[in-house]
Amino acid sequence: MSKDRKLTVDNIKVLIEDERNLLEVIRKANIELPTFCYHSEMSIYGACRLCLVEIEGRGLQPACSIKPEEGMVVNTNTKELRKIRKMILELILASHESACPTCVKGGDCQLQKLARRMGVTHIRFSKGLERVKIDESSPSLVREPNKCILCGDCVRMCNEIQGVGAIDFAYRGSNAKVTPYFGKELAEVECVNCGQCARVCPTGALYPKPNIDEVWDAIHDPGKMVVAQIAPAVRVSLGESFHMEAGTLTTEQIVSALRTMGFDAVYDTSFAADLTVIEEAEEFLGRVEKGENIPLFTSCCPAWVSFAEQYYPEFLPHLSSCKSPQQMMGSVIKNRLAASKKLKKEDIVVVSIMPCTAKKSEALRPEFSPDSVRDVDYVLTTQELALMIKEMGLNFSQLPKDSFDLPFGFKTGGGVIFGNSGGVTEAVLRYVSEKIEGQKNGNNNYVFECVRGKDEVREVRLELKDKTITLAIVSGLGNAKKLIEKIKSGEVHYDLIEVMACPGGCINGGGQPVTKDVCVKAKRTISLYDSEKTLQLHKPQDNPYVTELYNTLFKHPGSEIAHELLHTSYQARKNG
Amino acid sequence: MENTTYEKVNAILSENNYNPHGLIPILQAVQEEYRYLPENVMAYVASSLGIPASKVFGVASFYSHFTLQPKGKYIIKICDGTACHVKKSTEIINALEKHLGLTAGRRTTEDLLFTIETVACLGTCGLAPAIVINDEVHGLLTPEKAVELVKQIQAKEANSSGDKE
Repeated sequence: MSKDRKLTVDNIKVLIEDERNLLEVIRKANIELPTFCYHSEMSIYGACRLCLVEIEGRGLQPACSIKPEEGMVVNTNTKELRKIRKMILELILASHESACPTCVKGGDCQLQKLARRMGVTHIRFSKGLERVKIDESSPSLVREPNKCILCGDCVRMCNEIQGVGAIDFAYRGSNAKVTPYFGKELAEVECVNCGQCARVCPTGALYPKPNIDEVWDAIHDPGKMVVAQIAPAVRVSLGESFHMEAGTLTTEQIVSALRTMGFDAVYDTSFAADLTVIEEAEEFLGRVEKGENIPLFTSCCPAWVSFAEQYYPEFLPHLSSCKSPQQMMGSVIKNRLAASKKLKKEDIVVVSIMPCTAKKSEALRPEFSPDSVRDVDYVLTTQELALMIKEMGLNFSQLPKDSFDLPFGFKTGGGVIFGNSGGVTEAVLRYVSEKIEGQKNGNNNYVFECVRGKDEVREVRLELKDKTITLAIVSGLGNAKKLIEKIKSGEVHYDLIEVMACPGGCINGGGQPVTKDVCVKAKRTISLYDSEKTLQLHKPQDNPYVTELYNTLFKHPGSEIAHELLHTSYQARKNG
Repeated sequence: MENTTYEKVNAILSENNYNPHGLIPILQAVQEEYRYLPENVMAYVASSLGIPASKVFGVASFYSHFTLQPKGKYIIKICDGTACHVKKSTEIINALEKHLGLTAGRRTTEDLLFTIETVACLGTCGLAPAIVINDEVHGLLTPEKAVELVKQIQAKEANSSGDKE
């Protein structure tokens, strides 16, 4: 056995394993160094200088950019370091618009937290602020350049992880800023609205565009029937905004909160996900049969759809024509509920609660407003729902349990796991496997462990009776880009490809509660898979209310009326 | 239309083998061609190289060598280094600004004939105060002499544009 390599951090001996930098080793000593620009998922940037430590014999060094070495003696808490950290924060604060009480990020702001943590109580430097216009052009995100601290997190996220590069640094020195190309607004450039930039922004410089007031107005309008639909990923993350352990399942409290807030009915987007599975699986089987437009790409993720329209228009015929569950739900509610309640479509307000910022722009796509009435009127992120619950003063964790309204609140496990990367594929397999094998596999035999996993790109070969199906599950648009390039070059071939824009899937969406804890993603994933165990049914085709919908309305998957209400089309948006 | 517009850019790109790492020499050549970096050309360069337009803009806006606004046919670099400054280069700047109707915020004339730039030192302190018009150095100037130089160019331009028409 080789000798253990160790170093010393503040008199604590710490084992060096395969950490990428000194910072990660120091974390193992249970010391959380302050940092703005370090994210384990992105490249090391070394801009914020807050993780400076003193290494004996080497002086002050940023721990994020130093390789751990055996025998290093590291001090993280010296008089000089304390002074420098305070100074850095003071300098950042001097060029930051500190509007904390009215800032959307207030309470979740990393700058606010670190300033408190480091004991910064006054700023010696005068504010040298030149106010820049707030960019509200995007339906999904707001940019407040006056609050930007130039840590570059959003830039690297957009460029490295998402392969988009809608924003970057421009100009130099004291004029440096993060901006879309040529100082344009976000809505004018390639942004796909995934919101991952906002997820990593430490301040209020980037955040999901709020629709809270519109929703309250609708609720307070006696002439409107206001219904909610909740996406799977919301139920395993909302609790974090109320000091609950990450991954805590709060479905029943959410339903309860929404009713108390004044929603007339509360539905589950997972119902529509069940419907999506049936339409998409049949579409897949049909394409396999005809040998047409294989691979089939999933289309539930609106950021991925925008990405494909923008960069890979030649693959648009390969995208499933299925609307996303959010839009299927909107369409079904507006048509069915209006008919059964004898209401006009415009008197029903559909509010969806999503982990996602791209869903906001998806709902505004003109094709989802038949007869100029939107199928989904407003989209709230998990963060916004938390704010509304807080605004009303509800004691969330203590709320009585409540259950969804029928019929659109009933779902199978297949519709719930949609929030995890690999979930859509697994749900489709639950349908396709029975179809191909021509037999029911029993209600307990439903898990496809082979498609689950932490890797952001996963390949699976599956033998079903006499057929072999090859699958790819990819999350993160940068990964999708690499995969598509391999498909184009003929290096790989798949039958079905699931793409989720956010690494890990919707549970890690841009509208989820803000966290710097890297373990949160995994906790949400596990909790969502576990949540299925409490449900009676797991295969979307077993959902009796979906079956009823087919019997009374759609007749069969892919029918003319199904196409009208549940399917859509795409258009190339390539520029240049 | 597009093809003819970007023909020269295409030549530049292909000389550089469409290599994204050659972005700076590419932008230099583009600027040589257009005398500045037009927005649409930067977007075209970005999509041709397969890199985000924001990255191209980032590089173009970082270096003071690159200019994002059209510059005049004649670029007047007025030296404001130590030697020229004590020899009253400020008065030359003021005189030329007044003559051309320029201000601190507007450095190029509307007819796109002249751009005024101040530079730190031309290295010709023996000729202070000095200016450079395009590549020609003019030394030992007074405000009046400087304005006279510009007037001569204006007259020449007026004649040649008259000839064309």
